[in-house]
Amino acid sequence: MINKQISSASQAVKDVFDGATIMIGGFGEAGSPIELIHALIDQGAKDLTVASNNTGSGEVGLAALLKAERVSKIICSFPRTANSTVFPDLYNNGKIELELVPQGTLAERIRAGGAGIPAFFTPAAVGTPLAEGKETRSFNGQDYLMEHGLVADFAFIKGRTGDTHGNIVYNKTARNFGPIMAMAAKVAIVQVNEVVEPGEIDPEVVVTPGIFVNRVVEVASPVFESELVAAGVSYP
Amino acid sequence: MSEQTQTPKAVGRTREEMAKRLAQDIPNGSYVNLGIGIPELVTKFVPDGHTLIYHTENGLLGMGPSPEEGEGDLELINAGKRQVTANPGAAFFHHADSFSMIRGGHIDLCVLGAMQVSKGGDLANWSTGKPGAIPAVGGAMDLVAGVKSVFVITQHCTKHGDPKLVEKCTFPLTGVGVISRVYTDLAVIDITAQGFRLIELSPGVDFEYVQDRTGAELLPIINP
Repeated sequence: MINKQISSASQAVKDVFDGATIMIGGFGEAGSPIELIHALIDQGAKDLTVASNNTGSGEVGLAALLKAERVSKIICSFPRTANSTVFPDLYNNGKIELELVPQGTLAERIRAGGAGIPAFFTPAAVGTPLAEGKETRSFNGQDYLMEHGLVADFAFIKGRTGDTHGNIVYNKTARNFGPIMAMAAKVAIVQVNEVVEPGEIDPEVVVTPGIFVNRVVEVASPVFESELVAAGVSYP
Repeated sequence: MSEQTQTPKAVGRTREEMAKRLAQDIPNGSYVNLGIGIPELVTKFVPDGHTLIYHTENGLLGMGPSPEEGEGDLELINAGKRQVTANPGAAFFHHADSFSMIRGGHIDLCVLGAMQVSKGGDLANWSTGKPGAIPAVGGAMDLVAGVKSVFVITQHCTKHGDPKLVEKCTFPLTGVGVISRVYTDLAVIDITAQGFRLIELSPGVDFEYVQDRTGAELLPIINP
């Protein structure tokens, strides 16, 4: 019998090791697996490389993980946030390395990593500072940059419903990077509002097939970054 | 001219009028991606009888207006991270599919803001390159590389009075030769093989006024 359900967020992240690479889903707060991130802060792993579209807001979730100085490098498309000084302070003090990647290139690198494609060519960023040091090749008269697929030791993802086989459906634009990060990580950990039995999710609407998911954790009422920030919460 | 513009009189189009002018040029039925800022105003001025389908790169096609107070979902947002709604016929998808729509040439039009546009159609809109500034690029480089047409909507000059339409961009580039048309408060200007070509002056604005505020030669209207 397959049962990927784990009893708690802390159990789900307990084997994250120092120096691990972690993909963290979310676009802004939509899809940010905040309970898994907070469990990781409690767990204590450090010297992490994180791939995530943003750098979090306020001093909760991803921003709190950064503030705790657990992350030595972030791979990111948009590290600027209106309401957080955590990343700018670390970056300007040389305490975190930034690999800035165009958003579509970040997504395709993750997809490629999960799909067994080591590298690919994209037209994005040709002729810009982000092309420096990268191989350029011409196809049909147009220049393209070579970009490498990205893989990770772990992925932290937020879904809406998952079954015990790891099949996942998402909530609206919280889907964003979740499905591709699940593919690209050795251990994909998904927090969902509700865990159900196999068969309860219509196979026609499964977004992430269970083969890509290793652990499912029920977090029935997840908190939201904006609500915590508005309440003045700073984690831990 | 920065010292002389402390009390500018209203010349040219307002932000809303710029957006309205641009909206007239979008073919009915287009799939459109709108950047943050003035581009977002375009949705308010789509001509009657036209339907546009809005793509937002964080995973929604068929984006609708902001929700009523208290009706929104914190996980139904646009690329500017503001709450939106999903119109009937909308679809959600993941980021790799979203950028396949962009890079694969499936989106008809993208409207972006700009810091600088060169006469060759180069765009700079993501970084001043200044030390201490946090670089953040988002999806702009993918959009300009992949969307069929890319329009810029922007004030003709910076707050300091410097031209945004220039011979050559001095800020870090977003893309090379990617812009086809620019809508400003003063004019509508095409990027052509010859450079900036005036298409239309805003009401009450003359050619010399626009040329004086443009950092490269402005070619006159053909068949005015």
